[in-house]
Amino acid sequence: MQALKETLNARRLLCPLPVIRTQDKVKQLNPGDLLEIICTDPGVMHDIPAWCRINGHTVLETSSGNHEYIITIRVGE
Amino acid sequence: MSKQRKAVALISGGLDSMLAAKVIMEQGVHVEGINFFTGFCVEGHTHAIREHNSAKPNRNNALWVAEQLGIKLHIVDVIEEYKKVLINPKHGYGTHMNPCLDCKIFMVNKAKQWIVENGFDFIITGEVIGQRPMSQTKSKMPIVSKQSGADDLLLRPMCAKNLPATLPEIEGWVDREKLYGITGRSRKPQMEMAKHFGIEDYSQPAGGCCFLTDKFYSAKLVDLWKAQGAKDYKLDDIMLLKVGRHIRPKAHFKLIIAREEGEGRFLQGYKKEFTSLYCSSHPGPLALIDGELSAEDIYFAARIVARYGQGRTEEQVDITVTDKDGSERVIQAKPFTKDEVPNEWHV
Ligand code: SF4
Repeated sequence: MQALKETLNARRLLCPLPVIRTQDKVKQLNPGDLLEIICTDPGVMHDIPAWCRINGHTVLETSSGNHEYIITIRVGE
Repeated sequence: MSKQRKAVALISGGLDSMLAAKVIMEQGVHVEGINFFTGFCVEGHTHAIREHNSAKPNRNNALWVAEQLGIKLHIVDVIEEYKKVLINPKHGYGTHMNPCLDCKIFMVNKAKQWIVENGFDFIITGEVIGQRPMSQTKSKMPIVSKQSGADDLLLRPMCAKNLPATLPEIEGWVDREKLYGITGRSRKPQMEMAKHFGIEDYSQPAGGCCFLTDKFYSAKLVDLWKAQGAKDYKLDDIMLLKVGRHIRPKAHFKLIIAREEGEGRFLQGYKKEFTSLYCSSHPGPLALIDGELSAEDIYFAARIVARYGQGRTEEQVDITVTDKDGSERVIQAKPFTKDEVPNEWHV
C-alpha cells in the first residue's frame, strides 16, 4: 500500500491541543504514513516528539522559521 | 497463567499520580495513562506565550511523566463537556473558581467510559486522603466513586489501605498489602516513595492542576461572565484570560494589553476577532478591545494603551486602530498618567 503524506494545520493552537489533534489524526492513518504538522506554539518542539516516543512513532524532521514550527512524523505500528 | 489485568491511570503531571501508576505497574498490571484537557490546565501555554519563561523547560508534565514511566498517554479533549462542570457545579466551587469535586467526578466518569470502550479493567488515581481540602477528604472519596459510576473499579493506590477494598483488591488483581495508606497534607511520604522508586525529577504544582485555583485567573473569569451577562465561554475566551494585562475601564469594554513580545505575537493572532490598538509613534504593546465601542470610547482606550508604551510621558502619541476587517486609522491621544488608570480597572 502506498504511504500517504498528510498535513495538519495546528497554527494558533496552544499545547497540548496540537498534540491532541496529532493524536486524533494519527488514528486515521496507517503505519508508515507521514504526517506534517504545522504549529505556532514553540512548545510542540518538546511535546510532539515526547508524544511520538511514548506511542512508537518516529519524528523524521523538525524545522522552524518565521514563528512557525514544522514537524514531520512517520506513523508507527 | 492468569490474565494480565489492565488499568488506566489519571495522569495530571504531578508526583502523586505518577507514584500511583508506578505502584500498580510494580504489581505486574499493564498501565496506560489518561489526561483530560479542560482548557484550564496549567501546561506549557503561558510558558509558551510569555518570553521571559522560555528559558524554563516548557514541557507538558503529563507527557513527561508518561515517558518516565514508560507508558502510553491518551490526552482527551474535554473542553466542551467541561463547561457544564464549571458553569454549574453540583458541589460548588472551592476557594476560587475551582469545582474540584465535580471535576474529579467528571474525570473519573470519563475514565470509566474509556475503560469500557478500550477493554481495561480498572481506574487508578493519585488521590490522597486529606491532601486537598475540598475534593480529597475521606468523606468525599466515596462520593467520587459513586457519582462517577466507577464504584469499586476506582482504586487509589496511595491511600487504599484507609479505604474499603475495591474490586481489583478483592479479586486479587492487585495485592492490597503492597498498597499505601497515606493521609494528610505532608508531602514527606510521597518524597520517600519517589526516592524508593528512583524518581528524582518531578513537578510539584503548588495550587493544583489548573488555572481555576488561581485567584487572579478566577477573578478574570468572573469578570468575563459578569460582562457577558451569562456564565458561558469559548476556548478563545479562556485562553485570552491567561494572557496580558486585563483592564476594564467601563462595564461595556475591556482591554487586553500584551506585557511583552511573546504575548504581543499571540494577541496578533486575534486581530480578526477584535479591534486592536498599538502606539505607532513610539514602541509600545499591542492591545485588543473586547466590547463594542463608541468613537469616544476608542479615544479613551487609546489613552490607556499609550500609558503602557514608551511614549507615556509625551504630550501626545499616535495610536493606530485596526478594525476586525483590517482597516486602519491613526488617532492622536494623550497618554494617561499612572494615577489616571486606577487599580480598580485592573481585572
Ligand atoms: S484543580 Fe482544577 S483540574 Fe484539578 S480537580 Fe480542581 S478543578 Fe479539577
